[in-house]
Amino acid sequence: MSSNIIVLGIESTAHTFGCGIVDEKGNILADVRGEYTPVKGGIHPREASQYFTSIAHTIIRKALSEAKVTMKNIDAIAVALGPGLGPCLRTGATIARALASYFNKPLIPVNHAVAHIEIGKLLTGAKDPLVIYVSGGNTLITAYAKGRYRIFGETLDLALGNTLDVFAREAGIAPPYIIEGYHVVDYYANKGKNILDLPYIVKGQDVSFSGLLTAALRLLREGYPLEDVCLSFRENAYNMVVEVAERGLAHTGKKEILLVGGVAASPILRSKVETMAKYYNVKVYLTPPKYSLDNGVMIAWTGLLAYKHGVTIPIDESYVKQRWRIDEVDIPWMEE
Amino acid sequence: MDGGVKLIRIGAEAYLYLIDFFGIKAILKKRIPKDYRHPEFDIKLRRRRTINEARMLYYSRKAGVPTPLVLDVDVDETYLIIEYIDGIVLRDLINQGVNSKLLENIFVHVGELIGRLHSSGIVHGDLTTSNMILQNNNTLYFIDFGLAEKSSELEDQGVDLHLMLRSLESTHPEIAYKAFNCVLKGYAKVMGKEHTLKVKNKVKEIRMRGRYVEERRKRT
Repeated sequence: MSSNIIVLGIESTAHTFGCGIVDEKGNILADVRGEYTPVKGGIHPREASQYFTSIAHTIIRKALSEAKVTMKNIDAIAVALGPGLGPCLRTGATIARALASYFNKPLIPVNHAVAHIEIGKLLTGAKDPLVIYVSGGNTLITAYAKGRYRIFGETLDLALGNTLDVFAREAGIAPPYIIEGYHVVDYYANKGKNILDLPYIVKGQDVSFSGLLTAALRLLREGYPLEDVCLSFRENAYNMVVEVAERGLAHTGKKEILLVGGVAASPILRSKVETMAKYYNVKVYLTPPKYSLDNGVMIAWTGLLAYKHGVTIPIDESYVKQRWRIDEVDIPWMEE
Repeated sequence: MDGGVKLIRIGAEAYLYLIDFFGIKAILKKRIPKDYRHPEFDIKLRRRRTINEARMLYYSRKAGVPTPLVLDVDVDETYLIIEYIDGIVLRDLINQGVNSKLLENIFVHVGELIGRLHSSGIVHGDLTTSNMILQNNNTLYFIDFGLAEKSSELEDQGVDLHLMLRSLESTHPEIAYKAFNCVLKGYAKVMGKEHTLKVKNKVKEIRMRGRYVEERRKRT
């Protein structure tokens, strides 16, 4: 290992192909991303992966030049092996394996969800938070205990971001999904007045959004005002997440909350979490929006933490894991 | 109500006060407003859960599952008054360390009680070791029925046991699987082997629905 370890990280779990380079001190040396944007509908995994293939070399070259390093200076290659969409993951993994093997660098497996948390901790200074991870593909309440991030709540079906986006698409109000900094559902909800009855489904520590989505769309078809449906829909969806987070907080006794993932950028959700946290005298940290989105930097940083604790993976064992649960990953860099 | 009122626990959704209810040692459980919720939404949810909890405590008791006796309910004020159970929360008991034979007996009994609930068409909705109290005379009580429901659906029973397993995994990772096997053993005593197998498979299916991976990978 050189005196200042430098790791290059590759992210390709969903719509973003990212290459990040960081050093041991937590300096972000490079952050280059390419995003696949579907013309209509959701992400088409195969198309996304083909797009990644076409841009990967440019992105990696650009990252190296941005960091003013060559492959010689890189100590290890980190790659997000999951969770995510199969074709997208395989593209990133193939490129990472090729780099590791050609340049003879160790390969480090990184769990995408862990990476979201670690970059959030690095950039906000949170030490041992209860994490609310809400994005297009994930809805997770997690906190460190006994060597791993343990799950204190999650969705039984759809992810929060996906629920909001599908609702917006089906309601014909998206794309664009973001208007004036608000998700389009929040945007209309802010003009809503009446709360309509919709299913509020909390089961133990878990939430479920599929019934809510169906019921909300039905209300629209029955002619209820869009604004009221949006308000009721997002009240249910967000409150369910905040309630489960609150239970997690009561259960774990953590003194910090860290919001990560794409939906964490929602000012409405954030303010709900802050209101809840104030009550417990808990400090809320929000990952800077730029790094709440998928990026290579978080993979590089988490890879670096793992590498320093001796975590590497032989190339012929570096399978992608589409459904790699966060509580399957050992976290040797956290202290009890 | 007279005598002193003492706040003994601040839960995630309710305050628990120790009170004297006409000479009976009792708990007043008050569901508190959450200002992160829209006010109209908030009051509807709290009322619904208060009345639901009172009903479910009563039904469960009738089903032969020890639960605190409901002494009073005020839906508008969103509180209920229930009998005080003097004992130790199962989670704390486990964390203190108990011998494995006793642990086994307790979890088999937990399984039996869940079986009694399910055989009477009730699912608890929040089965955790924090919601079970071992009374001093060794009676095991279930508490916290705010998320309970009337249901005899296999799906709901599966979710119920899945939640039990999940909470064991996050709270007591060292003993989770052993404890859960004991729960299933006790459950089978009440529900029969055949039904237990069905529910067990349902739990597997729920875990395989996407986000519960280990099993899913093994399948392929």
